[in-house]
Amino acid sequence: MTDFYDAQRAMRSMRKAALQRGVIAVLDVGSTKIGCLILRFDGVDRNIDAETVGPMAGQSGFRVIGSATTRSRGMEFGEVVSMPEAERAIRTALQSAQKLAGVRVDHVIASFSGGAPRSYGLAGQITVEDQFVTEQHIAEVLSACDVPAYGDGREVLHAQPVNFALDHRSGLSDPRGQIGKELSTDMHMLTVSEKSILDLAYCIKRCDLELAGIASSAYASGMASLVEDEQELGSACIDMGGGTTSLSIFMKKHMIYADTVRLGGDHVTRDISMGLQVPIATAERIKTRSGGLMATGMDDRDMIEIGGDTGDWEHDRRTISRTELIGIMRPRVEEILEEVRAHLDAAGFEHLPSQQIVLTGGASQVPGMDTLASRILGQQVRLGRPLRIHRLPQAYSGPSCSALVGVSLFAAHPQDEWWDFEVPAHKLGARSIRKALRWFKENW
Amino acid sequence: MRPIGTRYTNVHDPAPSRLSYRLMRFMLTPLLRRLVFYGIPGFVLSLAVGLYFADEEHRENLRAFADDVHRSIIERPEFMVSAVQILGAGSTLEEDIREVLPVNFPISSFSLDVQEMRKILVELDPVADASLQVRDGILFIDVSERKPAFVWRKRDGLELLDETGHYVRSITARMDYPDLPLVAGEGADKNIAEARALLTSATPLVDRLRGLIYVGERRWDLALDRNQRILLPAEGAVQALEKVLIFNDTQELLDRAISVVDMRLSERPTLRLADGTSSMLLRQIKSSGADQ
Repeated sequence: MTDFYDAQRAMRSMRKAALQRGVIAVLDVGSTKIGCLILRFDGVDRNIDAETVGPMAGQSGFRVIGSATTRSRGMEFGEVVSMPEAERAIRTALQSAQKLAGVRVDHVIASFSGGAPRSYGLAGQITVEDQFVTEQHIAEVLSACDVPAYGDGREVLHAQPVNFALDHRSGLSDPRGQIGKELSTDMHMLTVSEKSILDLAYCIKRCDLELAGIASSAYASGMASLVEDEQELGSACIDMGGGTTSLSIFMKKHMIYADTVRLGGDHVTRDISMGLQVPIATAERIKTRSGGLMATGMDDRDMIEIGGDTGDWEHDRRTISRTELIGIMRPRVEEILEEVRAHLDAAGFEHLPSQQIVLTGGASQVPGMDTLASRILGQQVRLGRPLRIHRLPQAYSGPSCSALVGVSLFAAHPQDEWWDFEVPAHKLGARSIRKALRWFKENW
Repeated sequence: MRPIGTRYTNVHDPAPSRLSYRLMRFMLTPLLRRLVFYGIPGFVLSLAVGLYFADEEHRENLRAFADDVHRSIIERPEFMVSAVQILGAGSTLEEDIREVLPVNFPISSFSLDVQEMRKILVELDPVADASLQVRDGILFIDVSERKPAFVWRKRDGLELLDETGHYVRSITARMDYPDLPLVAGEGADKNIAEARALLTSATPLVDRLRGLIYVGERRWDLALDRNQRILLPAEGAVQALEKVLIFNDTQELLDRAISVVDMRLSERPTLRLADGTSSMLLRQIKSSGADQ
């Protein structure tokens, strides 16, 4: 238990150091695109009266000074499959962003969608002996959660206390200072495969940067594209990326479930490539320029030149109607959405008070996606774009960058995680002197 | 036809090499960045300039060039002053002023130190005040001359003083200025204000007044005709004189045979009879007594 705990604590302190220096890079490593933003933190914006308005959704304290995206190489399903290739791709993004920003960055916060995330709901309970609930009690109740056996080779990515209950009162976000006997908590823990984290960390280390934090891109895009009331009342964010479709469920401003479907826009492209017998690049172009999901009569007459490079005139002058293209794309998108539906059902999404579903990510931009999604996922579906953050370039304000913007928000305003609290002494390992010191601190 | 050669095998990959990435990061180091963008160019520039001007000839050239530019600007016809016009001065004073001013026309108005010139002019004795102005390429000097108010007889000659006691010029004959009052005595010019006050008070006596004498550099005497003198104290001279005038009005004091009215001690005015008068007077008194 203490291994990942210490690693995460180290990253937290690194993040603190980076905020002190004022410059930090955020990196979203996806299967089709690697995006990088350089953020500069310069305190609270002086133009905003902090007393009356408050930080506007928390993004007023920083601005984007450099940005870059590059095509991913060596990544599949959000995981590294070829180290040198992935490293080169990450390096490309980091270099051009740093060049644009004109500053050297030493800390990076990364997000990725792979590693087969699994959600666990944890519960813990302690008896409060003192009069008030203190931070120490919160640390204790968090440690009292019985951690399930999530298996070897897996690592905890997020562990966030979602809810506190004191005696019969539930739904407390911060029980400190309150009076009660039985303190219990619900915690959401997200694990991913250890290998995926280590690979990413290694690639970043090879770029001479320190990893100051790591987030799941499902969480990040939820942070970026769900508005406040959706996060509060319960909603799901479905980030349709290239290699994977990740989904996260939010409730009371906390992520309570995250999962990925290992299907994405690349599969649609591959279907087109196979169905029309064209190269992947051509298929991607056809998909983005003329793709669609809902066929109309007009689409029968809308002929698309497929082109080709074989030298065979007949082969190179083929055309298809848009209806045919839609006929190729639609079953695959339906499959993805049905898979998402299955995951949402498994997570018990239908029990939430509000069941808003927000589609974001690059693959959600296919025309007709909202119509198709509402047929499969239910009526409350909308297409989401990321929040606006200060000085974000126009090209990065589309749905394909919501994970990237989400990591920026994660960097600026992280939620409390388990490792933000001191471990109680009796849970600590055998480091006796530190244990003794901690014991003294607790009891004197 | 299909083009010969491999077209899709070599997709352009823009990834930087590790070395170039590290170099870029190294160049983005803040201190190095400032050094490269400001420090080194600044050093090279200052070194080049320094080396160039290490040569005396180059420095001389630069100085000459700067002088040329400076002169070409200040010697534009718009800035030139070609003549001087002196207003309010007599002919002798005008000549003196022309002699004393250290300028040769034409001259640029930038090299004309008007303040300094005014100082020189005001130092001239006959000049009370002067104002200088450059207008339309001409230097106008507006001079107000000192007006002589007193003739001062000194041991070595006659001088004219203005009403503040300032020296105006020397003269040879008193009668050149018959309407000016005469003063005499060492240091009379230093207390000319009191002399003026005495003169105004002494208007009833003006046709008898010969002059004022400053005695012992502290008090004034009024010299009247018929060798009469009024001795005034150092303090309260005007009041003493007025007392004498009242005596004169009521008792015709000064019409009598009195040579000195001594008012130096104001509580004890003293009269001195004219020479020979006393014996004659006594004889008259005696004889009148004998007649009875």
